[in-house]
Amino acid sequence: MKKELLHIVLADDDADDRMLFADAVDEIDITTSLKVFKHGQELMDYLMDESVLLPDIVFLDLNMPIKNGMQCLKEIRQTPHLAALCVAIYSTSSSEQDIEETFVKGANIYINKPTSFTKLKRTVEKVLRLNWQYHTANLNKHNFLLRL
Amino acid sequence: MKTYLKYDHDKVGKSLLKFLLEKEKVTYTILDTGQLELKGNIDTKRRDEIIAVLAAHGIYFLEDKKTALVQRIRDTITEMIHDEDIVRKHKVSVYLSKKLGYSYTYLSTLFSESTYTSIENFIILKKIDYAKTLLAQGDLSLTDIAFKLNYSSVAHLSGQFKKATGITPSQFQRILKKRTQQLTDT
Repeated sequence: MKKELLHIVLADDDADDRMLFADAVDEIDITTSLKVFKHGQELMDYLMDESVLLPDIVFLDLNMPIKNGMQCLKEIRQTPHLAALCVAIYSTSSSEQDIEETFVKGANIYINKPTSFTKLKRTVEKVLRLNWQYHTANLNKHNFLLRL
Repeated sequence: MKTYLKYDHDKVGKSLLKFLLEKEKVTYTILDTGQLELKGNIDTKRRDEIIAVLAAHGIYFLEDKKTALVQRIRDTITEMIHDEDIVRKHKVSVYLSKKLGYSYTYLSTLFSESTYTSIENFIILKKIDYAKTLLAQGDLSLTDIAFKLNYSSVAHLSGQFKKATGITPSQFQRILKKRTQQLTDT
């Protein structure tokens, strides 16, 4: 049985992190397409263009120049055609307050940037599998919260 | 006024389907198995038109049998979880295989091959999703919810909730509450 292609976007200002993420996605046994952006403004310009196909999931680094992850998250939730997007925060901060704040502001997933490639691969895979369930199995997207 | 809504997806789907088919002036029968039988002379062009009308409302023709069966497994699990009696009286594997007429081994292999997860994990996911909906509605305590979903204890439900979502049920409630507050503030 053929499974549909999963569209992923990532905004992260760290070139190494972008590369590792792309490698991890590549090695996972899920058919995906990945687009990467260097900062929040680049991502928002892309998402605001109504002619583009919206991604199934957005991975957002919190600390980025020009426009940070929190600002992107706010704009996404305030924009009607983007409001239902699944947003995963991908950050080095593990302060409980930061985490809860992002959930309150509308994030669906919070990921502490894993310290090894194996862990990263496992984490991204878990997120993508779960996200796929939300897209196909009639789960309540409004209540989609996951912390890894 | 603001209120939470709960949808009976099956019912909503069926009444919408009926409405659309009648508008299209098609004679049809909806079978209990989730199948739709279109009657009369329907050529490919007409069929494509009907497919397009339904697809615009989120109703899709499942072309291959396996996709349809996977969907029936999902529907049966949902139905089971939402029904306190069934969930208490039956074992999932037996219930699924009886209801769908295939061995559990076959169903379970097909499901794992087609959905990036196993039936067992899907059940947990569905139960936690339902628990979240009930928590969001706020009428039931965690104890009530644990009982309703047939968990042996509140601790068992809390543990599974935390394992599946990374947060505790009370954190979940707090986040939802703050989200709602934030909406009313702005």
